[in-house]
Amino acid sequence: MDVNAIVDFILNPFVNLSYWFSEDILLAFMPAEWFWLVGLIMNFAVFVVIFAYMMVNTLYMTLAERKVIGRMQDRYGPNRVGPFGLFHPFTDMIKMLIKEDIVPAGADYWVHLLAAVLVVFPGLMAMAVIPFGKGMQGMDLDIGVLYILALSGLTTISLLMSGWGSRNKYAMLSGFRTAAQMIAYEVPLVLAAIPAIMLSGSMALNVVVEDQAWGTHHPVWWFFSFVMRLAAFVVFFISGVATAKRSPFDIPEADSEIVAGFFIEYSGLKFGMFFLSEYFGLMAISTLATVLFLGGWQGPFVDTIPVLSVFYFFLKVYALFFIFMWFRGTLPRLRIDQLMAFSWKRLLPLALALIFLTGVGMVVLQGLGWA
Amino acid sequence: MNAAQMFDQLEAHFGDAILETAEEKLPVVRVEAARLPDVAAYLKDSPGLDFDLFVSVTAVDYEDRFEVVYLLRSLKEGHTLVLKVQPDREDPVVPSLVSLWEGARLQEREVYDFFGICFADHPNLKRLFLWAEFPGYPLRKDFQYTASIPYSEPPGQEQAYNL
Amino acid sequence: MLKTEQFILNVGPQHPSTHGVFRMIVTLDGETIVDVDLVLGYLHRGVEKLAEGRTYLQSIPLTDRLDYICSMSNNLAYCTAVEELTGFEVPERAEYIRVIMAELTRVVNHIVCIGFYLNDLGAYFTPVLYCLREREKILDLFEAASGSRMTCNYVRFGGVAQDLPEGWLDQAREVVAAFPAFVDELEELLSTNEIFVARGRDVGVLPPDVAVNSGVTGPNLRASGVAYDVRKAHPYSIYDRFDFDVPVLHGGDCYDRYMIRILEIRQSLRILEQALTDIPGGEVQSKVPRKLRPPEGDVYHAIEGPKGEFGWYLVSDGSANPYRWHVRSATFVNLTVLPYLCRSHTIPDLIAILGSLDNVMGEVDR
Repeated sequence: MDVNAIVDFILNPFVNLSYWFSEDILLAFMPAEWFWLVGLIMNFAVFVVIFAYMMVNTLYMTLAERKVIGRMQDRYGPNRVGPFGLFHPFTDMIKMLIKEDIVPAGADYWVHLLAAVLVVFPGLMAMAVIPFGKGMQGMDLDIGVLYILALSGLTTISLLMSGWGSRNKYAMLSGFRTAAQMIAYEVPLVLAAIPAIMLSGSMALNVVVEDQAWGTHHPVWWFFSFVMRLAAFVVFFISGVATAKRSPFDIPEADSEIVAGFFIEYSGLKFGMFFLSEYFGLMAISTLATVLFLGGWQGPFVDTIPVLSVFYFFLKVYALFFIFMWFRGTLPRLRIDQLMAFSWKRLLPLALALIFLTGVGMVVLQGLGWA
Repeated sequence: MNAAQMFDQLEAHFGDAILETAEEKLPVVRVEAARLPDVAAYLKDSPGLDFDLFVSVTAVDYEDRFEVVYLLRSLKEGHTLVLKVQPDREDPVVPSLVSLWEGARLQEREVYDFFGICFADHPNLKRLFLWAEFPGYPLRKDFQYTASIPYSEPPGQEQAYNL
Repeated sequence: MLKTEQFILNVGPQHPSTHGVFRMIVTLDGETIVDVDLVLGYLHRGVEKLAEGRTYLQSIPLTDRLDYICSMSNNLAYCTAVEELTGFEVPERAEYIRVIMAELTRVVNHIVCIGFYLNDLGAYFTPVLYCLREREKILDLFEAASGSRMTCNYVRFGGVAQDLPEGWLDQAREVVAAFPAFVDELEELLSTNEIFVARGRDVGVLPPDVAVNSGVTGPNLRASGVAYDVRKAHPYSIYDRFDFDVPVLHGGDCYDRYMIRILEIRQSLRILEQALTDIPGGEVQSKVPRKLRPPEGDVYHAIEGPKGEFGWYLVSDGSANPYRWHVRSATFVNLTVLPYLCRSHTIPDLIAILGSLDNVMGEVDR
């Protein structure tokens, strides 16, 4: 075997695997009039890979959260089931699957059920356009950013449905609070994404990532873009914590007040769906923040060793995850009116100011020829 | 102000509404139930007495009579007073002191709950710890223990139970 | 035209933040509270009737279970009330031991209150676990002295049940010496945290005249500006020998009720240092008759418990059983003011106010 070929394969395994699968297997054995099927199968294969990754990621993120928060609280997290508790998520999953499914008497059955079904999709669908590495993207949409931000609105509907359909005053209270919080924090979220789009000139996520490489622009423009992106990252991240309903903005599921909020009447697999949706949402926010502001899969030596791009990407995403867990372990919760005031009075003007500054800076730098 | 001065001032103001005074470890004054609000208001408001902290109200069941015991303290002057009232055993009614001291609100309900002593003009005289249909008044000396006491939902509260 | 309706929410007996089984029927207009109706009695065990069937000595374990976090303090209150009735003297060493135990209990109670108050605010157990970690050191001391961590049953009429084991005083001195560092760490993490301050400032403001009128005592009263502490106003035991201040704050909101507990912990540590240095030798219980028949009469005696003025009204008819055994429990009277504090606040504020009032249902329901 050719050593160079093996090395080339290993340096970029995922992309090469997909080529090998589509060309050497499917195209070779597919009859001519069914070549369109190859595309379909490849899309399905990408979906399976992303879905499997998201499931395993969620399982192990639950374990990681419990261990990280445990360490912050001066104790071990779960460490009995398997070495370091590594088999714990599987027992959690089994427990969730075998629990009895209780629907409260008088609850609106279909609304209650469909809420649980609907809540999982937006987070999962957002993963389709994220570039996980160099050349690794489920679907290269021109309007990638817009697509993801539009999806985050879908979760609100399913939360309102669950709050209403549970026939429980606590769930209803939580549903109202969620709707208010989501609407309040989507605005700074979207507005904070705009400087990144302006600086890259495109909403396609691959273009945004590639634009953040060192050599593509004049160094002054690079530094300007770095500073603007960092400022916008702070606003985006805070709004993202609120959109993901995590501490300190976890009013919707404030368990010491309204006892689990909107998923108070769910048990078993439906509860599992809500749980999954929380981590899918976190993943969506973390990956979007990484792609837009932190350089995505960029890093040293990415051109020569493309597989490193995957490594850098996940390093950044998991660093953001750690910050989410850190917030949860340390900060108390804001009250709903304080939360709304913070969004409308602080984050929104800040985001608008950032857009303005980015625009002015871009025009000035382009005029000076330092683009 | 020591006990003797307190008794002198009270007797000077109220005359024979003050049935009995004694000084054991704390000064004790016994009044008639009907004059209780006046005496209490005087104790609270008159300078020099200033009993502003309502410590507690409780009751004792001596077999031939009840005795409702009020404990009052003055933060400014630093003295304490025990005020006693003896309603009759058959139909005990004592005027409520909620209008003077808010602290009497829950405690008078407790006394009603355990002894059956009614406090006239109490804004919300319901049983506090026990449920409304509980048979009898437990802290009375003639309370009969039974093997099991039935529990039933109080009427009119369904909407609070119906989440 | 829009018509709005008030609805009733049950902050039910099973709730993570009610500090025991306690039910509030809250009438809400949107998210604003209009009225709070308290339903008590879920933990009612009838101790006052139980005590009438037992001797005075047999009722001491009943007192442990009233406010189960501060059992040493409850024991002390009851025993001092009986000693007031009977006139027993207490030897010096026993007085010092009682003061040490009472002040350790005060420290335990205040850090548990702070930890769980933060839990109610949503800090997801981290402060609770830090506070409980420190509490364990003090509970080890209690266990070494009395045999039990929580329901200690240690104080007796005329003294304490048994002498301290060897090495207890040294261990206690170590714990007391290390504690201020922990309080500093707690203050550094909490007192200036923006979210914590925003949740506590101007929430549930208790004016001093309302507080006194409602019979509120203890740290809740002192946070509203009234300097009333039974240890100074009506001294008992040997508190007049110790040099300590009574902290007073003037805001009356939840943040002040938190802050005053921190200040009181520091004052208690001062008393503990003095007591642990000055404790003499000697016997720990004076001669008390086996069958205690106090003289006829009634007495009221209160101490400054960690939650407020905690006292007993005892009526004796000369026999071995008490004729009337009434507990003046601090938290029960403090709860009178809860509906007043919660009006026109929201549900998160209700939970915060309840947490800052520091209630333990064992003491409320008895």
